[in-house]
Amino acid sequence: MSGITAVYIIWLREMKKYIRNKSRLVGNLAMPFFFLAFLGMGFNSLNIPGLPAGASYLDFLAPGIVAMGLLFSSMFAGVSILWDRQFGFLKEIMVAPVSRTSIVIGRIFAGMTSGIIQALLILAISILMGVRIPNPLGLLASVIFIVLIAISFVGLGISLASKMEDMHGFQLIMNFLIMPTFLLSGALFPLDRLPGWLAALAYIDPLTYGVDGLRALITGASHLPVMLDFVILAGFSLAMIGLATYLFNKTEV
Amino acid sequence: MNAIEAGNLRKEFKGGIKAVDGIDLEVKEGEIFGLLGPNGAGKTTTIRMLATMTKPTSGTAKVCGTDVTKDSDAVRRCIGIVFQDPALDDQLTGRENLDFHARMYGMPKKEREERIAEVLKLVELGDRANDLVEKYSGGMKRRLEIARGLMHRPMVLFLDEPTLGLDAQTRRVIWDHIEKLNKKEKVTIILTTHYMDEADYLCGRVAIIDHGKILSMDTPGNLKNSMGGDVVTLRVDNASKMASLAKSMKGAANVKQHDSSVSVAMANAGSRIPELLKSAERAGIRVDSVDLHKPTLEDVFIHFTGKHIRDQEAGAGDRFRERMRARSRR
Repeated sequence: MSGITAVYIIWLREMKKYIRNKSRLVGNLAMPFFFLAFLGMGFNSLNIPGLPAGASYLDFLAPGIVAMGLLFSSMFAGVSILWDRQFGFLKEIMVAPVSRTSIVIGRIFAGMTSGIIQALLILAISILMGVRIPNPLGLLASVIFIVLIAISFVGLGISLASKMEDMHGFQLIMNFLIMPTFLLSGALFPLDRLPGWLAALAYIDPLTYGVDGLRALITGASHLPVMLDFVILAGFSLAMIGLATYLFNKTEV
Repeated sequence: MNAIEAGNLRKEFKGGIKAVDGIDLEVKEGEIFGLLGPNGAGKTTTIRMLATMTKPTSGTAKVCGTDVTKDSDAVRRCIGIVFQDPALDDQLTGRENLDFHARMYGMPKKEREERIAEVLKLVELGDRANDLVEKYSGGMKRRLEIARGLMHRPMVLFLDEPTLGLDAQTRRVIWDHIEKLNKKEKVTIILTTHYMDEADYLCGRVAIIDHGKILSMDTPGNLKNSMGGDVVTLRVDNASKMASLAKSMKGAANVKQHDSSVSVAMANAGSRIPELLKSAERAGIRVDSVDLHKPTLEDVFIHFTGKHIRDQEAGAGDRFRERMRARSRR
């Protein structure tokens, strides 16, 4: 059986479950909404140095929150292989005559699809809350970054899940990987006045380039050249596809 | 043609644990073949090797005439597996679980739909096919898994502990389904079990397996006959004395001593009980109870392993899995 069909079947299953699971859908939107509403509105009235000229804090924050939503939901989509392992379904997938690689690609596609839906919903919410979009074409182009962020972190999630026995490690990932990745990415504050050590950490964080790229395309202001953001993030997402495929191929159930 | 051939099959895990220690097997097409043994005997590891889920350390195994280490995809297409632990997606409906499986095995749409209807009928789940699996009972889940194992018309179906954790009535139903599909679908069935009655009822041939080795292999009838007649078990105050006394009796076979009881197999054992009791009395042995029964696979098992299958203490890992299983089977 061809790899493409297998990719489609894996994608189809994830999509069915995504559409069916209303609470997950709502949950994935709730936290970004609270960040925008409470953090965004809260800081909006303050004068924060380092923001692009003419932009409010809410304008600055919105792309960061889109990236945050993608980070959380994509990591979760990747790590959800552990749930399949726990509930036995992974065995059913693993003994089928399909390649492991197509299983990984199918899951990445599924995480990407749900990521795009979620990101567009968060963008819609932001616009309703008053975020200004100077360039609608840029908004369209931002989908490229949405896709790259989704691929990167679904891939990272699959890689981690391939090395884990059960769900016990998930809390560790949450506290020691997802939270620092989010907080260091420049989603919440401008990067140009950070102390040296913190800036160094921020530049190691792949999400930094996702946030910066999204911000460039959505609000028209960015810290780094948008092409540089694209090249680094694209490189990272390719590396994550490779790593996920490699590690998942080695797992036994 | 043999559905399965294994020669000197071995699996050694890290730390030198020999899970399977040189197994030779031949299973003919159309057979229901049972691997009977306690937890940790190596049954599941054997099945995992035959099903290409884990690589043998050494030895050979052919399934449907194909070497499991050479062309695993060809082997996978020709086998169906029902795992020991549930392996369904309970957020999908029964039909969707079957559909997913059929697509993974590359069945075209029309054939897929026909076959789904067919296997659902076989396990009598047609009216619940569109319910989410999380709403199913333990027995229904098991039946759905068996149906799924049959979806792609495999030549060989592996059933790993098919009735583990199910109640007595549900086990009966599953047994009936297994017999039916063996006849109707002409599929070869390899099952593992640690239930004596299950092996006895279902299997044409049984291999008794312990510590990764096959101790004996034959039809359940022949295995039981090899015990040398009916089995008398006496509960006494001096088991060792009683054992030597029993050994001296004419026609006595397989005298076994366990703690405070002695079992002895002999032809027409019923008519020899008075004689047994008299000689016990003469020797000054107090007899507390006498039990006479036809030999069961349990007796065969005790004969070959020197222990009851139930004596095997489950390890902590097994107990955890049992709990998980009980939860997910609810």
